[in-house]
Amino acid sequence: MPTFHRRLERSAIGFVLAIIGVSAIGGFVEIAPLFTIDETVEEARDMRVYTPLELAGRNVYIREGCYACHSQMIRTLRDEVERYGPFSLAAESQYDHPMLWGSKRTGPDLARIGGKYSDAWHVAHLINPRDVVPVSVMPRYGWLQRNALRFEDLGRHLAAQRALGVPYSEAMIANAAADARGQANPDSSEAGGVAERYGKATNIRVFDGDPGRLTEMDALVAYLQVLGRLTDAAHKPVPAAGK
Amino acid sequence: MLSGLTVSERQLSLVVLGLLAVCGLAMIGAGRNDDALGTHGFIVLGVSLGLTFLVISRYFDPEPSQERLSEYYDDPTRAGIILAMVWAVIGMFVGVWVAALLAWPDLTFDAAWASFGRLRPVHTNGVIFGFGGNALIATSLHVLQRTSRARLPDQFSPWFVLIGYNLFCIIAASGYLMGLTQSKEYAEPEWYADIWLVIVWVVYFLIYIRTLQRRKEPHIYVANWYYMAFILVVAVLHIVNNLALPVSLGHAKSYSVFSGVQDAMVQWWYGHNAVAFFLTAGFLGMLYYYLPKRAERPIFSYRLSIISFWGITFMYMWAGSHHLHYTALPQWVQTLGMTFSVVLLVPSWASAGNALATLNGAWHRVRDDATLRFMMVAAVFYGISTFEGSFMAIRAVNSLSHYTDWTVGHVHAGALGWVAMITFGSFYALVPWMWKQGRMYSPKLVEVHFWFALAGTVIYVFAMWNSGIIQGLMWRTYNDSGTLAYSFIDSLVAMHPYYIARTVGGLFFLIGAVVGAYNIAMTIRMARAAKVREEAGTDVPLPRPVATAMQAGE
Repeated sequence: MPTFHRRLERSAIGFVLAIIGVSAIGGFVEIAPLFTIDETVEEARDMRVYTPLELAGRNVYIREGCYACHSQMIRTLRDEVERYGPFSLAAESQYDHPMLWGSKRTGPDLARIGGKYSDAWHVAHLINPRDVVPVSVMPRYGWLQRNALRFEDLGRHLAAQRALGVPYSEAMIANAAADARGQANPDSSEAGGVAERYGKATNIRVFDGDPGRLTEMDALVAYLQVLGRLTDAAHKPVPAAGK
Repeated sequence: MLSGLTVSERQLSLVVLGLLAVCGLAMIGAGRNDDALGTHGFIVLGVSLGLTFLVISRYFDPEPSQERLSEYYDDPTRAGIILAMVWAVIGMFVGVWVAALLAWPDLTFDAAWASFGRLRPVHTNGVIFGFGGNALIATSLHVLQRTSRARLPDQFSPWFVLIGYNLFCIIAASGYLMGLTQSKEYAEPEWYADIWLVIVWVVYFLIYIRTLQRRKEPHIYVANWYYMAFILVVAVLHIVNNLALPVSLGHAKSYSVFSGVQDAMVQWWYGHNAVAFFLTAGFLGMLYYYLPKRAERPIFSYRLSIISFWGITFMYMWAGSHHLHYTALPQWVQTLGMTFSVVLLVPSWASAGNALATLNGAWHRVRDDATLRFMMVAAVFYGISTFEGSFMAIRAVNSLSHYTDWTVGHVHAGALGWVAMITFGSFYALVPWMWKQGRMYSPKLVEVHFWFALAGTVIYVFAMWNSGIIQGLMWRTYNDSGTLAYSFIDSLVAMHPYYIARTVGGLFFLIGAVVGAYNIAMTIRMARAAKVREEAGTDVPLPRPVATAMQAGE
């Protein structure tokens, strides 16, 4: 080996090619099959996509770095299933560009937080976590309630997601801004279209308590309330592979 | 420094800066509806105009003499050392701040930019890319020239790499404060910053390969293998993990082309190998040059160097999936990741052992010389944290450690104990060489820095080991009736004392870095004063003696 290596050391280009070749193998073997083996992602026929308001809320979640302290991935361990709910399936994050599985639980897992607390609780908690959980170390997010949500360009966001494979329809893209307003204001004329396009189970409510304004708080709470609720697949027995 | 550029290089600089200014203007225009992109456009424009002004102000200086070609080109290395120390202080200060926020969450301003979630990536990127990256660029250019016995191919491209890289770091850090992030850990900057980094990186690689082609040594030295692996593999990782579709050319926001489980695998293939090839390979390059130089001993074993280099290059790339044990990632990928992570201990310890065995016969120097002691402790922490890494990659261990502070402790054992220690050791060796001084301004302050750094690391790592294991145990403890014994909040309350301890540990480490920055700054001043005296000659009254008189023989 040393004689062979001594020769290799004399060629810069040879060394470069050797490094690229040797380092490429692992990633290729582990990543490429994830795109080709069908069993990697379970089938979930009832899976729906995020509404424009939920997607905007997801972007707020990303912007504020929530993923640094909250995971969205319940592992296949007894204590996790008992604490947080059924373990997470790959199908549940199949439309998540990017995924937000997280790597750290300074706060609890949020994969199934949807529906666990009321909207009012979430709003109070986000404005000052210590008002509802006195020992919490979570930051305050008061500006979410003050900031109007930027929703005019949500159609372009949906279009970009569709280009990446998320099944948004033409109608969803065309009505994205209206749907965002409608989802947070059930009394408006725009609310009907949301249920029509995204299903009757969609939460259509005044999330932040103020129907007059569409805020970042509306979006984030709408997102939190749908976590773990886009499909029921995780609550059903998993069909055996190949059937 | 700028007068070191030839006239044609000054012209090239002006052209490149002009193009950069156009990019800045285009970003301002494209981002007029999107605050963040526009703000970044103003930063790019400002930097390019400022540098243009500097180049023009020196444009008519005489050309550098031909004699320069018989010397090494070290100006970029000197600048890189200073930039690395500036980023170290910024990044570690923010680190102490976010650590304090976990103990006292209201210790901040009521503003979005000052919240934990936005400050944390400023800390991680500030220390990894700002401090670590500048240190790697600075030392690699130095090591490359010395081990090849060849001067850098030109004087423009190293400046392009150094300044371009720091522009990337500034865009990244300012973006986080504005809430711009892709959410992929250690790959947070948005698409336009990513594209810019690719351009900078290609030029960096070209400097390397062009200098190697001009080398007068037949063999490429082992430090350069590592620096090359760092440059090449980081390029591949960066490009693949950052593949994303911008919402439009007028939006800073983009969406990753990958989703769900594939995205998770790509991210942790990237994330773990950012540790491997940014925080390990590059710094092993440093270790393989500065440690034997300072110890005045040859590397213990050539064979071990070969085994550890190719072992690391091959096996690390398989290990990323150990970040996803028990998740929705298929089990076969988890198992592969675990297996390679465990075997990875062999090349890792081969490196650490090779470094420590090199010190055989020089242990009296380790005792007396804090600079060499920095490097020795770095090799020890490298051994400890790679052992810990392989251990934590075992699925059963990971079920306890994952999601807890144990991971954070592990990362800091590596980042503080290994990466920062080897960097400080290398800098303390390098700074006197670069500024032509016999020694650092104050060897005593190097000693002070060493003990602050070591104490800080130990306090931090012990605090996180304790909190992590307690946390992991509390989450899985059942009471007699078969239900979970503790709520999540119970485990959070139990963390409080450890969060205070880690803040103290981090503060110690920061104090050490500030002492180091001061010592380096004073060494540079010492060099300037010596230069002034030299130029003045004997025709003027002697200046007042500088605080630290030169030693005889310097």
